[in-house]
Amino acid sequence: MQLCAFQAIAFNRQPGIGAPVWRGRASSGGELHDFALAAKEVGARITAIWGTDCRAQGPGFRLHCVFGIEAGHAWVSLDLPAEAPSYPDLADIFTAANRMQRATRDMVGIGIDGGDQRPWLRHGGWPADWYPLRHDAGDVPEFANRPTDYDFVKVGGEGAHEIPVGPIHAGIIEPGHFRFSVVGERVLRLEQRLGYQHKGVEKLFIGADIARGAQLVGRVSGDSACAYAWAYADAVEAACETAAPPRALALRALMLERERVANHLGDLGALGNDAAFAFGLTHYLRLKEDWVRLNARLFGHRFLFDRIVPGGVACDIDAAGLAAIVEQCGAIETAVRELRELYDEHPGLQDRFVTTGIIDSDLVRELSLSGMAARATGMLLDGRAHRQGYTPPPPYTGLGVRPATDERGDVAARVAVRFDEIFESLRLLRLLAVDIPGGAVRVEVAPVANGAGLGVIEGWRGEVAVGVELDGAGRLARVHPHDPSWQAWLALEFAVLRDIVPDFPLINKSFNLSYSGVDL
Amino acid sequence: MIPLLRHIFRTGILTEPELPVTDGPQREVERLHDELLGILGRALTIREVDAGSCNACELEVHAMNNPYYNLEGRGIKFVASPRHADMLLVSGPVTKNMENALLRAYECTPDPKLVVAIGDCGCDAGVFGKSYASCGSVSDVVPVDVRVPGCPPTPLAMMQGILAAVRRAK
Repeated sequence: MQLCAFQAIAFNRQPGIGAPVWRGRASSGGELHDFALAAKEVGARITAIWGTDCRAQGPGFRLHCVFGIEAGHAWVSLDLPAEAPSYPDLADIFTAANRMQRATRDMVGIGIDGGDQRPWLRHGGWPADWYPLRHDAGDVPEFANRPTDYDFVKVGGEGAHEIPVGPIHAGIIEPGHFRFSVVGERVLRLEQRLGYQHKGVEKLFIGADIARGAQLVGRVSGDSACAYAWAYADAVEAACETAAPPRALALRALMLERERVANHLGDLGALGNDAAFAFGLTHYLRLKEDWVRLNARLFGHRFLFDRIVPGGVACDIDAAGLAAIVEQCGAIETAVRELRELYDEHPGLQDRFVTTGIIDSDLVRELSLSGMAARATGMLLDGRAHRQGYTPPPPYTGLGVRPATDERGDVAARVAVRFDEIFESLRLLRLLAVDIPGGAVRVEVAPVANGAGLGVIEGWRGEVAVGVELDGAGRLARVHPHDPSWQAWLALEFAVLRDIVPDFPLINKSFNLSYSGVDL
Repeated sequence: MIPLLRHIFRTGILTEPELPVTDGPQREVERLHDELLGILGRALTIREVDAGSCNACELEVHAMNNPYYNLEGRGIKFVASPRHADMLLVSGPVTKNMENALLRAYECTPDPKLVVAIGDCGCDAGVFGKSYASCGSVSDVVPVDVRVPGCPPTPLAMMQGILAAVRRAK
């Protein structure tokens, strides 16, 4: 399979029924760099970068880069020597590679030749020459946890000053630091420093069994538990050359769409609230509460934690449950249509939404953005929908998903896309509920020694990707969960540039990015 | 404006006692509210600190403010600064990168102060445990009055936790 003009890397399709993934190997850092260049030429995105310590098996370290291409995803691996492993900086090709490369260096100790050398996930809690994901890392050395300085890019000039925000924010939200450089109220630059939520998830996967991995991956970013669990399940199933039964796939989609609707409902309410329209928050949170209560009644958990597992799903649904879903879809649709009209016709709200926080499709391509925010600039990119050269994985193959788009790229566009996605998800939920296949909901997954797989799921924010590598005993050698927020955080830095500081909360909420998902 | 008012009117007040009590948690919520008000006799202010959660605990903290639980409607208010807070509601595990920020938030909260640890991770570090990146549970970093387990804890469980902490303080 040839993916772009650069032909030196041969690609093979990953087995399984998940989203299409092609695997290839670069023989040198130069070859990886050339492939990245050629891929960028044809409009590819950088989806994820991570590293693995393979010294126990022989070759040294292994770098993994996943690219989003027209036909799905290309997963390119590069073997690096055990001594001083490094590769050419890819951030000059793909801007979004910057933080992923720095995280890979902090975690595994794979260096970057050139480019940004600032630490990313390591703040001050452990020494710079101690790499947590190396197998011989041992216990963390005794180390004083002192706050460290971070080399923010300075903005000079008359009247320019900085506003530091966080890590603890004013609202009920995850921690992170934002450094605004402003003149008066106008934002000249925003630079984020994240990593405050870094709790060492990736290290916990190493040596764990597949079931424990499922438990961990669902807690990488709680608001996307289903997307992560499904991407992990796809990766494990590809590694073990097995597939979940059709009924399980339908149930997974049911839960993923319910997760999408729940998050959009909550965010639409919060967006109203951030524009001083508290009515919105009250009414959307009421709908969201109804929604998650039905989750608890039918599936046993309000946010559907631990329901999607490798091999299938850990729960089933009866006819009465399906009827309840269909009935609720009708009720929510009526309510949301009415509420949308109120939003659309509220002058104060529209005044805040329209032309605020604009990003355009060129920036989306430059930053490798996927998901809801990308579609709000007119990009027709949705892993659940057919596009030229791409067939979505089951059960979406036959559902004819219509991606919601809006060309404006502002807060209003992201609000509009969220509304449209709610209606589309409600349509899908009804289709799934009335036409659910019978049969088993779970098959046994027998671990395959040294297997590897990649799963990609269109979560409510965008592409959630999970890479899984098994060891010789069939336990997890390495798992890398990747959140679409890695790319979208950068888009947020650009989205505020034409606006004033008081617009930031609104712009931020229109993206509502995950901190935990990128801090790991 | 008219459609807006019509919508508000038609939706009604979901926390009122005279509404038909069909949902399990509804009656419990009212009982809790009355007891909280009875003990406190005044407003309670809470500063929520996410010290390393997966963000599911925060989803449930938000849910406490929806009209079914209506925490703020009963004088229990989330505030932006620990200096304005009577209580810290902390989710965990406490990451190494948040340890200093949590300590500072605790120091900034005026005495007498209450700390409620929420979620399995806040209570005993949960699935993440102690590691190079995690200090463990909230009580490994600051003194904790009440623990509310759950992954994530339900809004009702958190309200009971807040009540238990207030009871202890009285």
